[in-house]
Amino acid sequence: MQYDIKLVLENTYPDATGVARNLIHVMPLHKPGQQALLSGSITVSPRPDERRDSCDFFGNTVTEIAFRSPLAALSVTLSARVERFAVPEPQDAQSCLLEHLGPELKATQTVAPHSPQHFLSASPRVATSPAMTAFAFETTRPGMRTLEAVRAVGQRLHKEMRFDAGATDVDTPPETAFANRHGVCQDFSHVMIACLRGRGIPAGYVSGFLRTSPPKGRPRLEGADAMHAWVRAWCGTGLGWVEYDPTNDLFVAEDHIVVAYGRDYSEVAPLRGVLRTSGAQSSSHRVDVKPLA
Amino acid sequence: MSNVTPPMPTGLGSDLVKGYAVPSGAADELFDKSGQMRPVWTNFINHISSLSADQLGVRIAHGDQYLRDAGVYFRRYSGTSPDERDWPLSHIPVLLHDDDWQQITRGLIQRADLLEHVLTDIYGAQTLASTGQIPAELLAQNPEWLRPMVGIVPRSGYFLHHLAFEIGRNPDGSWFVLGDRTQAPSGAGFALENRRATSRVFSDYFTRTNVRRLAGFFRDFRDTLRAHAGSSSDAAILTPGPGTDTYFEHVYIARYLGLMLLEGEDLTVQNGQAMVRTVSGLRPINMLWRRLDAPFADPLELDEHSHIGTPGLVGALRAGNLSMINALGSGVMETRALMAFLPRIAKSVLNTPLILPNIATWWCGHAAERAYVKAQAGRLAFGSALSTGLPYDRDSGTSAANAAPPPGQDLAAWIDAQAGNLVAQQSVRLSTTPVYENGRLVPRPMTIRVFLARTDNGWQVMPGGYARIGKNRETTALGMQGGGSVADVWVVSDTPVPRETLSPAKGSYQRVPEGALPSRAADNLFWLGRYVERAEGTIRLLRAYHLRLAETDDPEDPSVAYLASYLLGWGVDPTQPIPEALTTEIGAATNCASKVRDRFSVDGWTALNDLTKSLGKLAVTVEPGDDCARAMGVLLRKLSGFSGLVQDNMYRSSGWHFLEFGRALERVSEMASALASFTDPDAPEGCLDVAIELGDSVITHQRRYLVDPNRQSVIDLLALDRCNPRAILFQIDTLHDLIPALPFGRPASQHAPLSEQIEQLQTKLGSITPDALSQAQLTDIGNAMAELSASLTTAYLN
Repeated sequence: MQYDIKLVLENTYPDATGVARNLIHVMPLHKPGQQALLSGSITVSPRPDERRDSCDFFGNTVTEIAFRSPLAALSVTLSARVERFAVPEPQDAQSCLLEHLGPELKATQTVAPHSPQHFLSASPRVATSPAMTAFAFETTRPGMRTLEAVRAVGQRLHKEMRFDAGATDVDTPPETAFANRHGVCQDFSHVMIACLRGRGIPAGYVSGFLRTSPPKGRPRLEGADAMHAWVRAWCGTGLGWVEYDPTNDLFVAEDHIVVAYGRDYSEVAPLRGVLRTSGAQSSSHRVDVKPLA
Repeated sequence: MSNVTPPMPTGLGSDLVKGYAVPSGAADELFDKSGQMRPVWTNFINHISSLSADQLGVRIAHGDQYLRDAGVYFRRYSGTSPDERDWPLSHIPVLLHDDDWQQITRGLIQRADLLEHVLTDIYGAQTLASTGQIPAELLAQNPEWLRPMVGIVPRSGYFLHHLAFEIGRNPDGSWFVLGDRTQAPSGAGFALENRRATSRVFSDYFTRTNVRRLAGFFRDFRDTLRAHAGSSSDAAILTPGPGTDTYFEHVYIARYLGLMLLEGEDLTVQNGQAMVRTVSGLRPINMLWRRLDAPFADPLELDEHSHIGTPGLVGALRAGNLSMINALGSGVMETRALMAFLPRIAKSVLNTPLILPNIATWWCGHAAERAYVKAQAGRLAFGSALSTGLPYDRDSGTSAANAAPPPGQDLAAWIDAQAGNLVAQQSVRLSTTPVYENGRLVPRPMTIRVFLARTDNGWQVMPGGYARIGKNRETTALGMQGGGSVADVWVVSDTPVPRETLSPAKGSYQRVPEGALPSRAADNLFWLGRYVERAEGTIRLLRAYHLRLAETDDPEDPSVAYLASYLLGWGVDPTQPIPEALTTEIGAATNCASKVRDRFSVDGWTALNDLTKSLGKLAVTVEPGDDCARAMGVLLRKLSGFSGLVQDNMYRSSGWHFLEFGRALERVSEMASALASFTDPDAPEGCLDVAIELGDSVITHQRRYLVDPNRQSVIDLLALDRCNPRAILFQIDTLHDLIPALPFGRPASQHAPLSEQIEQLQTKLGSITPDALSQAQLTDIGNAMAELSASLTTAYLN
């Protein structure tokens, strides 16, 4: 399936006082066998004094921009055409037994970007907590395949957590979102990552897009009107990484377009940056993901 | 525990070493295994034995006085707020023979090369991880292994340039490494201060000995830093700022080596080039000696919550435009668990075992090691695998450095559960060294921190070190927070040693042009000038108030009440003998000064601290009225002490100009406001006298005007007199004279508004008569000063 993607991020800084430098993570990934980036461009307005496009440690496309004079407003526009290939739903039998995950991890001695070793311990915004770890243990049982465990934790979170766009903000810690059982896709994902890591399953954060209008006869998915986020979990050397969307309770397929992989939101935030401002700032963001006929 | 009392050395100060009992199972620096005094100590012990206890006491006091005068102290954390304590110098140095030292030196240089090799690999090809020589999780889960640095080759070609190793002596007399300090090792500056103090205590003896000198090490390192910077850039120390325990050392080394002292906000990055914000605009900088922990260095690519970093600094490293000492990410080599793997890596990459072993360490992430550790648990100490704390160290603040099972849990089960999170290290008995206590020498456990610097001629080892000594005989509590002490380390040669200095050669000199002043430093100096002047104004007002209160004994007296309401208008509550506002003003001055300690003398800093202390003492004792007026007199004299030091002794650098500008501007503002109120025709009787008192011009007025004060005479003397340093016009002339020095290479357009504002005032006040200067015009002068301050900020301080 091919998509035309348009994203507009708009920020206003009424009292900006200093220089600004940002990292932008919005360009869809080129992933052989999963998705192809056919074309893509990022436009920044006003024109930044510096701009540099490169790849980060995990292989994501990152655009660094800088402004030398105070900035009242910033707008970032992405236009991209992406082909998303259908992938078969992962099968339980392909994944190892939960008890075997530890030894398989031990056997994976590498610090290459997609090594599961990066995704097991605390990252800047996601630490395990006793409550979430206990939740993960209650939800799984010995003898399960790792994929079953991932699904069980994801489904239970999906059931117990309420999608509520007003309840949390980008800085809400996962333990708070978990305690209140509410939030948006970022919270669902952070909570699930913390649960899986607590259960010894390497888990990371995926940012991306969802198609805006569902195919005929299927319900509209939550999170389609903004950038979306979901989880990837490592299910042993055989199956490797799987991607699961806890906000919508499904393994990702043709409707999800991957932008970036990280350990949590902080590493792949669409607009990460430092701005000296003395007052409030506001931001809005619009997404349109249209399948090509 | 049984003690071995060594046989009494004959012919030596037997009183001093009487009862010197080396704990069993430990080596001692003073006595060898057979109880013989090590030859390297005999002359020294002979020397101190020739002194009476009183003589030694006087000498020790000299050393302590030196440290206090130099402003060396440490912060002790107990209870809610840290307090400043005297520097805990143990006055007896640790003596090592040059032959022993050469062996240590060879071992540490080999280890430095090994650490460099490992860093090159883990930020490059990563074969150590993929071949299992370093477990992948020890990097992947390590907050000090910085992903953004992977693939970046340091501009200098090396990750490590300045290192420290904590070493100790085994019971069998051999040396070993307890920890590697690769992040931003502190202590070299303190070692230098310990040397200065200790050589004062034993001054006559020291000059006659063959103790190797330290200055050459610093000279070579400074020259290396300058070479990294290149001819077009300064070399600077990057500090986290005054909030850090080791800030004193940053200031001290910056001053000693002539380096700029910068904080993260002094820097900005443009197109991959790091730049310093200075009063002369942005200046490129190519070399930073980093003293802040790497994750804080760049909030954009590293810790997003850092407020002390510089966005884009990683980008500057990536672009190859910046040398950083040490490279970001070097701190990962402090990880305790890595010590379990370094000996084997040494064998495979250096093809030779380590000359100096490190403390035996087992990482519990592998089953075989876990089994061994469980069997040997009684002889081991446990810690967190990723801890960067040193064994025995109680100062590092890493509480996770030492670990134990929760009560009730079986040790073996705990070790299995913790697995890869845990390391076990051999419990060792550190050697003891003599400490002077109650007239005798007693043995105390110690470790030594040794410093290495990479120069053009390879690694140089500082011939000395920073010894840390335990408070009591237990070897588990080193560090100042636990009441431990520190000592100088003397490396003694059999032959005469060269007298080193920082200077390149005798006879010649090289004048270094003044580097551009960082805007933040200029801003702090400007505000230091303002706050000091403001505090002086407040003190003079309070003195005038309390004198009148004492005279009238009536708070309702019109002039007393008028003064009180004027004070309240400034936010000063006159019913408090030492009002909070005054404490705040002096605190603000001290705060500004603390951020620019590298820019003015130790005496100046001491004077300000002394003022703060007096204020604190007075606040609890003084009574309103005469007592308080006298107290204000005391404070005024102390404040004049500071101002005098600045006026008489401070070099007329760009920094001085900003301080002076702030002082003059504030004085104009204070005087204009005071005159507007106290020469108001509606003010109660006696207020003209108050104005003259505030202007410290009582005698001058008597002599010059031959009449009792009237509004015209007071305005003439305090506003329009070009010879009275208390007068508005005098200070406006001062501001005017400062202007030509201010541009510092900035375009004229930037400072033009400043000159115009000042010249307008100068012209106006130069031609006006006292009776024509109205209260409203006086108020306007105050407003003009606020505008002037804003213009200065816009032009130079942003």
